[in-house]
Amino acid sequence: MGERQVLNTTIMLFLIQDGITNGAIYALLGLALVLVFAVTRVILIPQGEFVTYGALTYASLSSGQMPGTAKLAVVMGVAAFVFDLYVIRRSLHWERVLRSLLLNVVLPALVLGVTYWAAGARAPAGVNVLLSLAIVAAIGLSLYRIAFQPLAHTSVLVLLIASVGCHLALQGLGLLFFGAEGQRGPTLLDASAIVGPLRFTGQGLAVYGITIAFIVALWLFFGLTLYGKALRATAVNRLGARLVGIRTTLSGQIAFLLASIIGALSGILIVPITTLYYDTGFLIGLKGFIAAIIGGLVSYPLTAIAALMVGIIESFSSFYASNFKEVIVFMLLVPILLLRSLVAPAAVEDEKD
Amino acid sequence: MTQRWPILVFALVMAVIPYVPGVPPFWIVLLDNIGLSALVAMGLVLLTGVGGLTSFGQAAFVGFGAYTTAVLSANYGVSPWLTLPASLIVSGLAAVVLGLVTVRLSGHYLPLGTLAWGLGLFYLFSKLEFLGRNDGVSGIPPLEIGSFRMLDPGTIYYAIWVAVLVSAVLTMNLLDSRTGRAIRALRRGHIAAEAFGIHTPRAKLLVFIHAAVLAGLSGWLYAHFTRAVNPTPFGAQAGIEYLFVAVVGGAGYVWGGVLGAAIVVILKEVLQSYLPLLLHGSGQLETIVFGILLVALLQLAPTGVWPWLTARLPHQRGRKKPDTSIELPARARPTGASDVLLQVDKARKQFGGVIAVNNVSFEVRAREIVALIGPNGAGKSTTFNLITGVLSATAGHIAMLGQRIANAPPQEIVQLGIARTFQHVKLAPDMTVLENVAIGAHLRGHAGPIASMVRLDRVDEAKLLAEAARQIARVGLADQMDQLAGSLSLGQQRIVEIARALCVDPMLLLLDEPAAGLRHMEKQRLAALLRELRAGGMSVLLVEHDMGFVMDLADRIVVLDFGTKIAEGTPAAIKTDPKVIEAYLGAGA
Repeated sequence: MGERQVLNTTIMLFLIQDGITNGAIYALLGLALVLVFAVTRVILIPQGEFVTYGALTYASLSSGQMPGTAKLAVVMGVAAFVFDLYVIRRSLHWERVLRSLLLNVVLPALVLGVTYWAAGARAPAGVNVLLSLAIVAAIGLSLYRIAFQPLAHTSVLVLLIASVGCHLALQGLGLLFFGAEGQRGPTLLDASAIVGPLRFTGQGLAVYGITIAFIVALWLFFGLTLYGKALRATAVNRLGARLVGIRTTLSGQIAFLLASIIGALSGILIVPITTLYYDTGFLIGLKGFIAAIIGGLVSYPLTAIAALMVGIIESFSSFYASNFKEVIVFMLLVPILLLRSLVAPAAVEDEKD
Repeated sequence: MTQRWPILVFALVMAVIPYVPGVPPFWIVLLDNIGLSALVAMGLVLLTGVGGLTSFGQAAFVGFGAYTTAVLSANYGVSPWLTLPASLIVSGLAAVVLGLVTVRLSGHYLPLGTLAWGLGLFYLFSKLEFLGRNDGVSGIPPLEIGSFRMLDPGTIYYAIWVAVLVSAVLTMNLLDSRTGRAIRALRRGHIAAEAFGIHTPRAKLLVFIHAAVLAGLSGWLYAHFTRAVNPTPFGAQAGIEYLFVAVVGGAGYVWGGVLGAAIVVILKEVLQSYLPLLLHGSGQLETIVFGILLVALLQLAPTGVWPWLTARLPHQRGRKKPDTSIELPARARPTGASDVLLQVDKARKQFGGVIAVNNVSFEVRAREIVALIGPNGAGKSTTFNLITGVLSATAGHIAMLGQRIANAPPQEIVQLGIARTFQHVKLAPDMTVLENVAIGAHLRGHAGPIASMVRLDRVDEAKLLAEAARQIARVGLADQMDQLAGSLSLGQQRIVEIARALCVDPMLLLLDEPAAGLRHMEKQRLAALLRELRAGGMSVLLVEHDMGFVMDLADRIVVLDFGTKIAEGTPAAIKTDPKVIEAYLGAGA
């Protein structure tokens, strides 16, 4: 740990800025976790892998390498298509088969084709970003179809265990695709501005801007629009939602699509700032979780504020006790759970198994 | 669970294996690893499969056990046999801390908490100076008995498997007891359990500690097996793997944990040796397969391999019939002190802007059957929940024998002699009728978890089961005693709930729609039973929609509509009351 460093205003401002930048990323992830939980009751542990996949796919493309994730998207798409075929085997409506084929197989295959071209031709950063988002979105969509849709009727606990299984598989695949070495990607915005002692990079500003935009958009979507309310209704009571005409499968797909895009975007935003390894996403995702838990897995604004807190606490603990940074951040959960447990509402019984 | 011979056979087979000529030493190492993993999985079986709680952080508890003995025995020269209790206590205490924080929370916070906690502890292990940071602790002494030193995998094998077998027997004893029934009832929600005096947070904490102590035991053995510890085997990955073991084997079964450990350890070995050849890749390939298998398993065989296996064996459930001649002491009843048993005085319950129960007053006297009727949504079940402490009243008083009970928890109310059934049946479907009914007698037994593990609870247990069997016979379900509650018809399940309530030895029985789903003959038998109970000195308050049933049976009727009492009187008076007719049939009728 070395000798004790002295905290002055400049360092403090710098730490806060650093904390807010990280916190904004945790907030994005926390929001995605709340979104998926609110709609599907899945606690999305593989959210971290979406981050890794997005970041490392973008970094690979930028350095002219072909990312393995593009192929994975096609393989998972084919599996999802097979699942769809199996379910509708009794009444093979060509329309539905065709739709599933287009969405699950043709689309990822097209993306794979473009990716081959982009990796060879050193496409501009914007194209790489879009491709990375498309690849991870396809993976997220298929993941829901393959792993979670067949379990949609089961308990939160079963879904959570399945979620951890997906995390294991995807993280292992991440190691296979990207190797054990870390990667960095090129920045999206090179501009920077200096305000007092602090330097604001374009990258940092993009992080803030995108986070705020997502928070506001999600809040409005779920609070005000009919479709947002329909998604929430699905989580509370699947059968009831179906009876009033909400397509629960579609809700799940949309939630996973959004979550995977948010995850990949977070990854792309941070990979120019820090080196990412195949398993970094998991740790980042878990910090998003801590924020989501503070928000009780329901509140978007509370989650966002909590995420900023987590970021700032992390940044200060890395200054005072860098060795114990992770310990402090993860142990933060214990007092939070204690607090939640003390204010826990009176007995509400879960009638489901 | 009285069959002991399969366990003996298993123990003998395990004892003989190392002596079988031609068994490769490598197999013994695998068996050692299976045993270590089985111990942790067994705890998870109790936690997850039986208790409905999940932990991804068991590896951290293994770490507590391993590091405790490592530091004490390697650095301070303490004998490993003295560090055993230390290891168990340290992991148990860690469980108390995390358990106290999380057991009151709804299901999914605990697994999330354990995941983060497991990660945090992993970093703590790898950063702390006195735990040797990333290098860990080495030079741990072997276990020894006299001059016999357990240095190689073949000798510590016995220590490991004795631990597995003893833990399995203790765990099964625990499950087959008063405390075990309380634990097994947890998974199906806490309201029914609490209505019979079970302190559910305490029961949850107990299983959490039990699981952690088993993990600590595994860690202690692990430390003296490998003779060196470092943080790697106690990380989040390992924690997830233990859960995988339990799910594969069958999370609801103690032996499922052992079977799961065998399957996973062997599978891992096979995958690690063949997968790289197949995929020419590097590292962690088995985790990909594990992950995919875990999801596939949940979709295709969520109960695991063990129940699938036992269903294929010629199997007979040989349970002794309880000896119904053993008596439990009856509740002391006040003699003639007061005629009024239950007094509800201006009870009120508001949910936000909705007034579910609006200043309702009525009383139930000794030896009386009172019916609470009213259209759907009149507040009948809410009134029940106020009386039994499931909900706390916004205002008003409720008293039992003159003692105020408003806002007391359900566990205290049942002690006053109020027992209830539920509108939506709340039985544990995977427990037998006898076991379900015995939950009703929970407060009339006294054996604790430790006594149950070592079978010092048998006298107490026999009394509880005898009482349960008597009440089952009384309600006419003696033939179904050993069937699973979930296999009975809904009408019969309601009757089982009545038997469970009778096990409380109540003065006042609260029945929420007991006749729903019963056939005509069954209703007549139920009415006869309730009259017999009244003749025996019990009072009954029932909610019921079958008017014929109510009018024949009740001494008095209280009518609620929109949360307000609109009439009270004898059946004959109620039948002709214009307000009641209006509430049921509308103004024009």
